[in-house]
Amino acid sequence: MAVETSQDGPASTRGRDFDAEPVVIEARGVSKSFRLSVNKVNSLKELVTTFSQSDYKELRALQEVSFDVRRGEFFGIVGRNGSGKSTLLKVLASIYAADAGTVRMAGRLAPFIELGVGFNPELTARENVELNGVMMGLERREARGRLGAVLEFAELEEFVDMKLKNYSSGMLVRLAFSVMIQSDAEILLIDEVLAVGDAAFQQKCADVFHEMRDSERTVILVTHDMGAVEHYCHRAMLLHDGEVKAVGDPGEVARKYLRLNFESAPSSGGDSLGEVADIVVEDAWLEDDSGARVTNVEKGKDLHFCAQLEAKRDVEGPTFGFSLANADDVEVTGFGVAPDDLPQRVVAGQRLKIRAKVENRLAPGRYIVRCWIHRNQNIANLVLYSPHVLDFVVFGKGEPGVAFFDREVRLELEGGEG
Amino acid sequence: MSAETQAPVALELREVRGPSATGGGRRRFFDLLWLISATEFKKSFHGTAFGYLWSLMRPLMLFAVLLVVFTRIFKFDVPNYPVLLLLNLVVFGLFQEGTGAGVGSVLAQEGIVRKTQFPRLVIPLSSVMVAFFTMSLNLIAVFAFILIYGVDPKWTWLLLPVILLLVFILTCAVSLLLSALNVRFRDVAVIWVVIAQVLFYATPIIYPFEFIEAGVLRDLLIANPLTLIFEQARVWIIDPGAPSALDVAGSWVAVLPATAIYIATCVLGVWVFKREAPKIAERL
Repeated sequence: MAVETSQDGPASTRGRDFDAEPVVIEARGVSKSFRLSVNKVNSLKELVTTFSQSDYKELRALQEVSFDVRRGEFFGIVGRNGSGKSTLLKVLASIYAADAGTVRMAGRLAPFIELGVGFNPELTARENVELNGVMMGLERREARGRLGAVLEFAELEEFVDMKLKNYSSGMLVRLAFSVMIQSDAEILLIDEVLAVGDAAFQQKCADVFHEMRDSERTVILVTHDMGAVEHYCHRAMLLHDGEVKAVGDPGEVARKYLRLNFESAPSSGGDSLGEVADIVVEDAWLEDDSGARVTNVEKGKDLHFCAQLEAKRDVEGPTFGFSLANADDVEVTGFGVAPDDLPQRVVAGQRLKIRAKVENRLAPGRYIVRCWIHRNQNIANLVLYSPHVLDFVVFGKGEPGVAFFDREVRLELEGGEG
Repeated sequence: MSAETQAPVALELREVRGPSATGGGRRRFFDLLWLISATEFKKSFHGTAFGYLWSLMRPLMLFAVLLVVFTRIFKFDVPNYPVLLLLNLVVFGLFQEGTGAGVGSVLAQEGIVRKTQFPRLVIPLSSVMVAFFTMSLNLIAVFAFILIYGVDPKWTWLLLPVILLLVFILTCAVSLLLSALNVRFRDVAVIWVVIAQVLFYATPIIYPFEFIEAGVLRDLLIANPLTLIFEQARVWIIDPGAPSALDVAGSWVAVLPATAIYIATCVLGVWVFKREAPKIAERL
């Protein structure tokens, strides 16, 4: 597949013109391979007892990756697991050394790629904030000076002298995120940060991300979440098998990613692996009540789910089913196209659009939409199973459990002194 | 920023050189080293007043046991043997605990190594620093004992830092070597426990050097750099009449093997760690 680069017009950069901004990250021909030995020698004993060591498999994680990021850009890197995106981030962060190529940078880089990795559970928040600040490159005095601001944002002022091992996971995430945004780093590298924390804090993070989008800070975000890419990024890059497949408008890159994903999703239409399914999901998204695409839905607001499908071959008696699973992989609900609406057959090249309006009783959190397509109206004949056509966040006040229902609860006191 | 068509202001781009032993600036390196060593040291006290007593308990218990064994059972007749034994145990504690914690340190800090840009050298060095702090505190107790025991203060006590520095540097070098190797070969830590035990007996800690008769055993002992360091410490701190490092070796030429081993260990430790540092994150 050729590298496709879309125009960097004002439309894709959403009102900000980055052509006038200086380049702050420049990658040229970055390559990285890992030698995976088939029988890994992990001890001196094995070194002595293993005679042949020649069984190496070369995994080319990055191949000639080149790109520029300009100051203030929010730059997304997307790709499937194993596409090399995390390796690239680690090369940028000086955690891995590249085998070939150069990376040049201007400005102070936050040295973390994941939230809270520098935290020591045995230390208090006060000590950890200082330690983290110093890791970020601040002087010790400066790092201590940030304590107040960090705790305020994280809403953890009362817990300043509590050891982190006694923090809840939500509190930890808040502290970590707060430390990161309160640092002076001009370039931030973020790996899947959005997948953490409760819905309320996710909303707060989203606000900060929106601020960052419009600031001088340069952010590189590595994620699976196409919603986040379209929502925050000015530009995005698609990696596949270590190669750059596309750079440009985030919406377009996200669609290419989805297409790439569904094309190689396991299909039982054919027996050979990797064969394109007879019907593919080209795109899937959520809309709000006015018909605009959204990635987050407020608690209680109806879900308008849309999917664009294309038949690659003729399929008799297709059925279409979807399910919603929460972050714990629990299927909360499902829906399918009503039997009366199903076509007798679809022919190769035909496009289908599915729209579903679903009452939203989902508890706040992250959800994944899965899709099943069968032929001959028979669930034994699977055409396509896609475990992840879309994900979205329901935000709002937290609810116990996986769903909420309208309720009226009363309390009456009987007896007593009256 | 205005959207006028102007040439981009080029910022100076610096090449990203990838992970290294010391990467990330000198001030950050020392700040991190100090902060991590100090917090780890504090942690070892478990935040209680008894914490310090506990950390003193280990050498003192060992000391008490050995003292009983060698004065009541083997009936050593060595001037000032109890205080010599105590000093030896505490100073050797720096080497033993420093390398013992150092060997697994990089592996133990996996999260930091794999997820952050962190000067790798800080990790084993901070383990040695913690051992150094512990030993320094213990030395206060040792000198109290020495005075109570009746050894007179001497000007040569001022040379103690030379001894400590020599042991400290060797401990750092061995920790660098072992911690880097341990990432590749996970059994290095296990093997080191045994070797450290051998070194404990191959250094005149619990016995005085002069008990060893001339022969292969004595030659081997002289080749151990720790032997010469500990014998010199004995002369300077406890017993000016004891054989100095030079007397122990017999001649300047005989000092050479130990010196060569000392320097070679230091060079090897730094070289191996520097070489392995960029690859550590991938091997974890």
